[in-house]
Amino acid sequence: MAKKTVVSFKLNGSAIEVLVEPRELLIHTLREKLATTGPHIGCDTSHCGACTVDLDGTSVKSCTILTVQCEGSELLTIEGFAKGGQLHPLQEGFTEEHGLQCGFCTPGMITRAYRMLQENPNPTEEEIRYWMAGNLCRCTGYQNIVKAIQYAAAKMRGEAVETSHPLMEKVTV
Amino acid sequence: MDQTVEKSGRLEKLEGIGCARHRREDPRFIQGKGTYVDDVKLPGMLFGVMVRSPYAHARITSIDTSKAKAHPGVHAVLTAEDLKPLKLHWMPTLAGDVQAVLADGRVSFQNQEVAFVVADDRYVAEDAAELVEVQYEELPVIVDPLHSMDAGAPVIRPDLDGKDVGAHGRRRHYNHIFNWHVGDKDKTDRAFADAPVTVKQDMFYPRVHPCPLETCGSVASFDPVRGELTVWITSQAPHVVRTVVGLLSSIPESKIRIISPDIGGGFGNKVGVYPGYVTSIVASIVLGRPVKWIESRSENLTTTAFARDYWMTGELAANEDGKIRALRVNVVADHGAFDACADPTKWPAGMFHVCTGSYDIPNAYVSVDGVYTNKFPGGVAYRCSFRVTEAVYLIERMIDVLAQKLGVDKAEIRRRNFIKAEQFPYHTPLGLEFDSGNYGPALEKVLKAVDYEALRAEQAQKRADPNCPTLMGIGICTFTEIVGAGPSKSCDILGIGMFDSCEIRVHPDSSAIARMGTMTQGQGHQTTYAQIIATEAGIPASGIMVEEGDTSTAPYGLGTYGSRSTPVGAAAVARAARKIREKARKIAAHLLEVSADDLEFDLDGFNVKGDPSKAKSMKEIAWAAYNNVPEGMEMGLEAVDYYDPPNFTFPFGAYFCVLDITKKTGETKVRRFYALDDCGTRINPMIIEGQIHGGLTEGFAVAMGQELPYDEQGNVLGATLMDYFVPTAVETPHWETDFTVTPSPHHPIGAKGVAESPHVGSIPCFSNAMIDAFSHLGVTHFNMPYNNWKVWKQAQALGL
Repeated sequence: MAKKTVVSFKLNGSAIEVLVEPRELLIHTLREKLATTGPHIGCDTSHCGACTVDLDGTSVKSCTILTVQCEGSELLTIEGFAKGGQLHPLQEGFTEEHGLQCGFCTPGMITRAYRMLQENPNPTEEEIRYWMAGNLCRCTGYQNIVKAIQYAAAKMRGEAVETSHPLMEKVTV
Repeated sequence: MDQTVEKSGRLEKLEGIGCARHRREDPRFIQGKGTYVDDVKLPGMLFGVMVRSPYAHARITSIDTSKAKAHPGVHAVLTAEDLKPLKLHWMPTLAGDVQAVLADGRVSFQNQEVAFVVADDRYVAEDAAELVEVQYEELPVIVDPLHSMDAGAPVIRPDLDGKDVGAHGRRRHYNHIFNWHVGDKDKTDRAFADAPVTVKQDMFYPRVHPCPLETCGSVASFDPVRGELTVWITSQAPHVVRTVVGLLSSIPESKIRIISPDIGGGFGNKVGVYPGYVTSIVASIVLGRPVKWIESRSENLTTTAFARDYWMTGELAANEDGKIRALRVNVVADHGAFDACADPTKWPAGMFHVCTGSYDIPNAYVSVDGVYTNKFPGGVAYRCSFRVTEAVYLIERMIDVLAQKLGVDKAEIRRRNFIKAEQFPYHTPLGLEFDSGNYGPALEKVLKAVDYEALRAEQAQKRADPNCPTLMGIGICTFTEIVGAGPSKSCDILGIGMFDSCEIRVHPDSSAIARMGTMTQGQGHQTTYAQIIATEAGIPASGIMVEEGDTSTAPYGLGTYGSRSTPVGAAAVARAARKIREKARKIAAHLLEVSADDLEFDLDGFNVKGDPSKAKSMKEIAWAAYNNVPEGMEMGLEAVDYYDPPNFTFPFGAYFCVLDITKKTGETKVRRFYALDDCGTRINPMIIEGQIHGGLTEGFAVAMGQELPYDEQGNVLGATLMDYFVPTAVETPHWETDFTVTPSPHHPIGAKGVAESPHVGSIPCFSNAMIDAFSHLGVTHFNMPYNNWKVWKQAQALGL
């Protein structure tokens, strides 16, 4: 076992110091030492994207980076999205458009979509599908994830938004 | 007018059956606050990993654990020798076989569990696993089930030596597990002998894996002082797990608490009891500390339960006009090294006998032989009821093969053979009673929506043009499913009838908690069950907490798989809610000083018939239940219901697919996929649509790319997401959905279950479209998955 190292970074706005082995993956540090269990582990090969975090303005699969590489970084995880009890438009979009089922991929999806919308605030469906291809979902078939992201993008652009799933058919009187 | 608005407002407040209620599960998931098994962290918790066999078949000559045990941070290394004194080195399977928990002197599939290393954390455990030294002596391997019963084939299960009778009758070879047959063989053979037209087709349904995004795992915590065991586990059926753990450990079920927390998708993968669960429990008992086991994706794809692997031969006998006289099916089922198939105990081929499909076929005979091979065990229902996907695939492919032979249109041949609406309840020649269906209108609705005639005309034009770079395939599938296992007279798991349950407690403020024996894994039970209670008992869904998965609080139930939550669980929910309503009626009558017969239920309370101004709301009634009940009535407002269904339910659908295939590359584009489902009463249209999108996407994955192939040495190929196809948003087609409503006559609210239909129905639809693209060139079938390479090879073979 190699000597442990102290690593400091900002996690969802808070300064963190954590003692890790050099070989420790960021996802394990987050989940097991920093009580940040939103990002999940769904594969061994960096394919599924369930562990996606935002690291210094880039989407990163946190199973594919060592914690020691994060010295001095700014990290955003799903836990940092809602502010003061207010959901982020992406979080709102995912629930309004039924963009999740089991919820396992959702933190990674939202975190990835956040970065995509920073880079492209008005993506087409095709662009969304392409830019989200690093994140797998086994439940939804992606169609409602696309709609969720479109909902959030519109809201973030200041446009009026409405769910495609009204509670009841409108009663005409 | 005002009354309509007022009623609509009350309905909106109730959020009952039929509403697109948004999900109560979502707030925790969108904020990263779900609790999945790997999120459970207990004081003093250790981490276990498996040492696995690199060989598919070998004798273990020695296991040296000394170096691993000496590694700093290691607490235990368990092998079969350590489990023997506890009689836990083997465990019973759901199929009546036994499975090695840790290899007992021999391994029979690659990645079989050999030793379990428990250490301070997962890094140390992985390090120490590398230090376990196992000596193997390789044995000859059988991977081809069609040769498993050859004379002189390697013996896969010497532990069964001399056992000529297995759990399902006589075994005619040492690698034979069972023969299961149903139907009238002689009548069927005669129908074939007399028929003017017969067709026969071999087809292989590849070995695939459900691959939920969360792998399997457990956290076992044994309290040696209290003698109590708590296990957090990725299980679709926590109560069954408790019974199995009780049987294995001799701990009374009252001291075992199984908790299925949030489950990251199941799709059939999380029904069985796996060696890793057992070793984490044993390690916790031995060490007196909590032990976590979480499998990697590769372990998941190669050890915890495959689906399918059916080698099927279908035959149809028909008149010249295409009216079918008989169906004959023979299957060789590859069950791997242990028979751990997840079926109701008496049904070794599950509900495969639904294979006469939506068609009025007077004679049928089916025979299935299960065999052992050197592959990992399983036979789970991957987003389907037991073996229903295989059955539907068989009949939907066969009817196309028949149409092709006769030159009859593929929609027309279905029309000529459909069971007609007036024939229900319909008794199939294989012993099932279809309760309801209305197949013709469903197909016509779809054909009209897609403009079938125009598509066939376009296809004819393309076929006539030798320079056309693409082939066009049109697929139709008009399937009938069988779900909701099941009536306890025919369905049980380890002797426990396949009922399900619901318990509802209404609190004084009229909010309520409801608990069920089922287990949600993304289906949204916390949302939809509350809707049923809202409609049936008049309590707003927003005030109803729905809880599942904790065996210490929820009533016993058989869990969620085979689309049984709606047919069985939701029926118990509706009936328990009705018990609440009937007690409430008596309390209301008491409060209003009228007879209970004079009251009518009106959305959220009771009115005196003919005088709606005299009324009591459920809110008032709930309060009264705790202080002012009629003489002789018990206080409180609670109900429990254990529902044993009288029959299965039979959801059906009409699916339609158009494929465009580039001749020179094999690249296949799904131009259109239109799915019409009839799941009876629709509880939540938003959730139904979501389930259908998901099921279609999993069906697309199976048809177009998923398989777990083996090489001759028994190495499983494609055991990571690098090779195993899980579609991304880019490949996944756009789905169009539609519906008709034919309620189940025997279900309390007429609902039938929906989430598996899109998987079951879409796979043959894709196959039918793919083969239709080549059918004018004489192709009657080629096997899935239709990846570009395979399609290109097919095109090349035809000189395209």
